[in-house]
Amino acid sequence: MSNRLVEVKNLKQYFKAPGSLLKPKFVKAVDDVNLHIDKGETLGLVGESGCGKTTVGRTMIRLYDPTSGSIFYDGKDITKANMFPYRRKMQIVFQDPYASLDPRMTVGDIVGEALDIHRLASGKKDRNERIIRLLDRVGLNSEHANRYPHEFSGGQRQRIGIARALAVDPEFLVCDEPISALDVSIQAQIVNMFEDLQRDLGLTYLFIAHDLSVVKHISNRIGVMYLGKIVELADNYELIFHSVHPYTKSLISAIPVADPVKSRERQRIILEGDVPSPLNPPSGCRFRTRCRYATDICAQKEPDFTQVASGHFAACHHLGLA
Amino acid sequence: MNEMLLDIKNLRLSFFTPAGEVKALNDVSVKLEKGDVLGIVGESGSGKSVTAYSIMGLTAHPGRIVGGTIEFNGHRIHELSEKEMRKIRGNEVSIIFQDPMTSLNPVYTIGNQITEVILLHTDKNKRQAKERAVELLQLVGINEPEKRLRQYPHQLSGGMRQRVMIAIALACEPKLLIADEPTTALDVTIQAQILELMVELKKKIGMSIIMITHDLGIVANMCEKIAVMYGGKIVEYGSVNEIFYNPRHEYTKGLLGSIPKLYEKERTKLVAIEGTPVDMLNPPAGCPFAPRCASCMKICLREMPDYIKVEESHYSACWLPAKEKAMQGGAVV
Repeated sequence: MSNRLVEVKNLKQYFKAPGSLLKPKFVKAVDDVNLHIDKGETLGLVGESGCGKTTVGRTMIRLYDPTSGSIFYDGKDITKANMFPYRRKMQIVFQDPYASLDPRMTVGDIVGEALDIHRLASGKKDRNERIIRLLDRVGLNSEHANRYPHEFSGGQRQRIGIARALAVDPEFLVCDEPISALDVSIQAQIVNMFEDLQRDLGLTYLFIAHDLSVVKHISNRIGVMYLGKIVELADNYELIFHSVHPYTKSLISAIPVADPVKSRERQRIILEGDVPSPLNPPSGCRFRTRCRYATDICAQKEPDFTQVASGHFAACHHLGLA
Repeated sequence: MNEMLLDIKNLRLSFFTPAGEVKALNDVSVKLEKGDVLGIVGESGSGKSVTAYSIMGLTAHPGRIVGGTIEFNGHRIHELSEKEMRKIRGNEVSIIFQDPMTSLNPVYTIGNQITEVILLHTDKNKRQAKERAVELLQLVGINEPEKRLRQYPHQLSGGMRQRVMIAIALACEPKLLIADEPTTALDVTIQAQILELMVELKKKIGMSIIMITHDLGIVANMCEKIAVMYGGKIVEYGSVNEIFYNPRHEYTKGLLGSIPKLYEKERTKLVAIEGTPVDMLNPPAGCPFAPRCASCMKICLREMPDYIKVEESHYSACWLPAKEKAMQGGAVV
């Protein structure tokens, strides 16, 4: 049978915007997204702020109830299911390690809370041992269990957040910009740890970030989002070296490369203007207002998500041009 | 030889906090020639922003310069009174900050905030100042400048706000523009726009730029000289090619090894720098990087190394090259 661990079909997530009660407006944060993640795989999701990548991650584990569409986990439809048993299987690591840990709980209790909720520890001694094992797993030690989050640096806090996510022995982890709040030298530590954990525990990741170099490093496949839609999806190297969508191309070329000669040689495509408001997205192709290849058809018809090579999909009317 | 614009010598700056003295800058020396772009890289708490603020005379309580000199464009900044500093700030040297939302005043219009600088530093009257403001907005690529002048910061997008900040900074055609993480809060496609704008304006106006960032990609792209800071010290200084292709300090090497390469075709493991950033309240006695350094020697923990000249303009403060040199010469360290 299929190897798919998580799958979303026609996922839509609209948020009501403040305004008139009679004529409510909706922010279409995620608009008709189809994705699947295989067991043991890392799917990267990139895009600019407001493109809906975080919302996809949160809806996938039902932190939000989707407006429409369905979510499958291990072949079962969980769109309306009772999530309690599934919380043991799917966990999340948040972006901001300063905001996502309760400042009034000790590290031991932060990590142990999930053990209590799911009754995973057989007694006080077992609970303590498990907590210490988890802390050890993420490069902290037993002394740290009695301290509070404010006593730790950003990198260490992110380790605590990861230990908390691992407490229930999950199979699937949503990593929502887990390194963007960290210093460069600490980012590599955490990225390496995610890789080690995946190897040792057989985890499956949805890795959300705006930094394409990091996402390319850690992912097997990458999806690029723009204004609530996936515009291109491919294997990581395929996406970096053979991207076909004009947005992906400009996104790649906008990344400053840490190599003086290369960065001065290469051609950069600078996009004009800003991302349009998701309250009022452009008709047809949503990228057309910033796209240099846009023609009439782009305004009239939404491009289909078509396969351009094996496992490589893109949504654009002018795939030959870009 | 170009004219020297900025010369910081042995600058020491401390914050006197209730928990003790934090030596934010510990013997920092850096020079900048006219028209050059200097990049200062380092992680949070390394002192890169404090260095920049001290040039602006913005070392607010409880921070105080405790030693060293700052000479800028003929002024001895460290000796100036607040009143004298005010004539220079925004006029000969200006700064753009990381977060354009918090650095613009939300209750004044864009026009108000641009003309304020012009009225303060030039003899222009209100009408002329407004004309100049329109000119500046056009210069930074903002459409419909007359309309924008009447708008408030919240009506603009992040990229647009940063353009307004740049317009304010350039209002008096400064000799030096300090950019403190100017694109960290922006999306990558908007970042590319702002960086391109800065390069373009630099050519047009002929100013020098100090670019403060943690992103090695940005310095590789924009800067001629780079200062790498760690724990309140410049640990390595050199041209962009020297730093990227011949790094001599272990921290610089570590930084370069820890970033994923976009155009690499094989998956290689990142070489992380172990440990946590230096605690500035209790810094190590010797080299600040020693506790995290894979090649740490006994002497590194005891004494701060002097700068070693690698090339004409390339300096590194590390005991390792010193040891190699001594071993080649037959001497024992």
